[in-house]
Amino acid sequence: MRYAMAIDTLKCVGCSDCVVACQLENDVPIGYCRDWITETVDGSYPNVEIELRSERCNHCDNSPCVRCCPTGASHFEEGGIVVVTKNECIGCAACIESCPYDARYSHPDGYVDKCTFCIHRVREGLNPACVSVCPTKCMYFGDLDDSNSEITNVLKNRKFKTLAPEAGTKPQIYYLI
Amino acid sequence: MKEELFASGRNIPNIDPYLNVWHWQIPLYLFLGGLAAGILFFAAIFTIMGKDKEMPTVVKKAPIIAPFALILGLIALFLDLKHKLFFWQLYTTFRITSPMSWGAWVLMAITPLSMIWVASYMKELVPGWRWKMNLLENFESFVIKNRIWLAWIIVVLSVILGIYTGILLSAFNARPLWNTSILGPLFLVSGLSTGAATVLLLSKSATERRTMSRIDLLLIVIELFFITHMIMGFQAASQVQIDAAQLFLGGQFTVSFWVFVIFLGLVIPAAMEVLELLDFHIPVAIPVILVLLGGLMFRFIMVEAGQITRYLY
Repeated sequence: MRYAMAIDTLKCVGCSDCVVACQLENDVPIGYCRDWITETVDGSYPNVEIELRSERCNHCDNSPCVRCCPTGASHFEEGGIVVVTKNECIGCAACIESCPYDARYSHPDGYVDKCTFCIHRVREGLNPACVSVCPTKCMYFGDLDDSNSEITNVLKNRKFKTLAPEAGTKPQIYYLI
Repeated sequence: MKEELFASGRNIPNIDPYLNVWHWQIPLYLFLGGLAAGILFFAAIFTIMGKDKEMPTVVKKAPIIAPFALILGLIALFLDLKHKLFFWQLYTTFRITSPMSWGAWVLMAITPLSMIWVASYMKELVPGWRWKMNLLENFESFVIKNRIWLAWIIVVLSVILGIYTGILLSAFNARPLWNTSILGPLFLVSGLSTGAATVLLLSKSATERRTMSRIDLLLIVIELFFITHMIMGFQAASQVQIDAAQLFLGGQFTVSFWVFVIFLGLVIPAAMEVLELLDFHIPVAIPVILVLLGGLMFRFIMVEAGQITRYLY
């Protein structure tokens, strides 16, 4: 099993619904977020291209955050989902330093927090909150090892990229382009 | 060409606009850890070489600083933690891939061993010193009898301690400025150099000073070579590392790096030590203080600058 997410940058309108859904679902403290929108403008007028991306933890296959965690609080759950165990986290921030995506932050309560792919929902067979609220339905979540899953088919038929693949982390958020 | 980037829904203190989660505690600890590693390394290595008579300051006196440096460093590390009450989780497991786990365990071993080392010389350092309990007297004679083994253990642990302070940073591939394998040896050499300089300041014997001054000079030359090597490596690496090196080659850390680390921290004290060897008289405190301040600045600059470097945006 290998959970992953595909996000269609051609359909995303950058409405931030995914951000708000996550904050509500996961009780994210005000001023923090587990996912966010980036808008990059490439080129100069009149040849400009805009790309909108909903970004979050990439649940990397080769996770530097799991590798450098001194207590094992950062660990893999089923399907490669990277999760932090609150009561094992000492708040040393080594994982924050190790993440090329800056996807982690120190929760005001001290431990380090990040996107969990809404593992509590996934275990019940539901999609992560961000995916299920997306008004343009531009996000796909599923199992890459299942050859019939929607995400496998989307990635088979569309061009995609990952963010900073040169960092060597094997990220699992795929941006359809 | 990227013209503009705008991120919404993201406004996290100490991460945006650029990462700054490690403050003064970490570089201070890296300095103190390197200093303690240096002092203990020389004390143990000269004991193994059977030179404890010729080098009394290195072997007996200077190590008193080590436990204090280690304890201060540990306090700094503890202050850095944000989930403080769970710090003991470090000692419920050993993670072989995590430099921080290696560091936690090495500190756990070397801090008490450094205290034992100092205690075993108490009677020579403080005339009339008595351990008030029989048990302690017996333990002391046991340590003195087996001091050579303690020295071997301390040599190994101090090298791990010194080198891990660099590997701690170099293991983060997300921060291109840190992600160079030369950083481990570089921090080790820098730590040994600050240790040698501290001994130099404390020593009253001319022969001992001469030996330590030569060692320190050699270490400074190696350190300058490693720093050159590091910058050359960045210049020949991928774009993110070329950008990282630019912080020191025209970017915002150029002045602080070249003035405080290279010039005042390495070149000037090296020149003074050469002059001293040529029989010019220079107060020993000047090069020593410069080496110590240079080592401290080097760690502050590396920790601060490294956090700015990144892959995205």
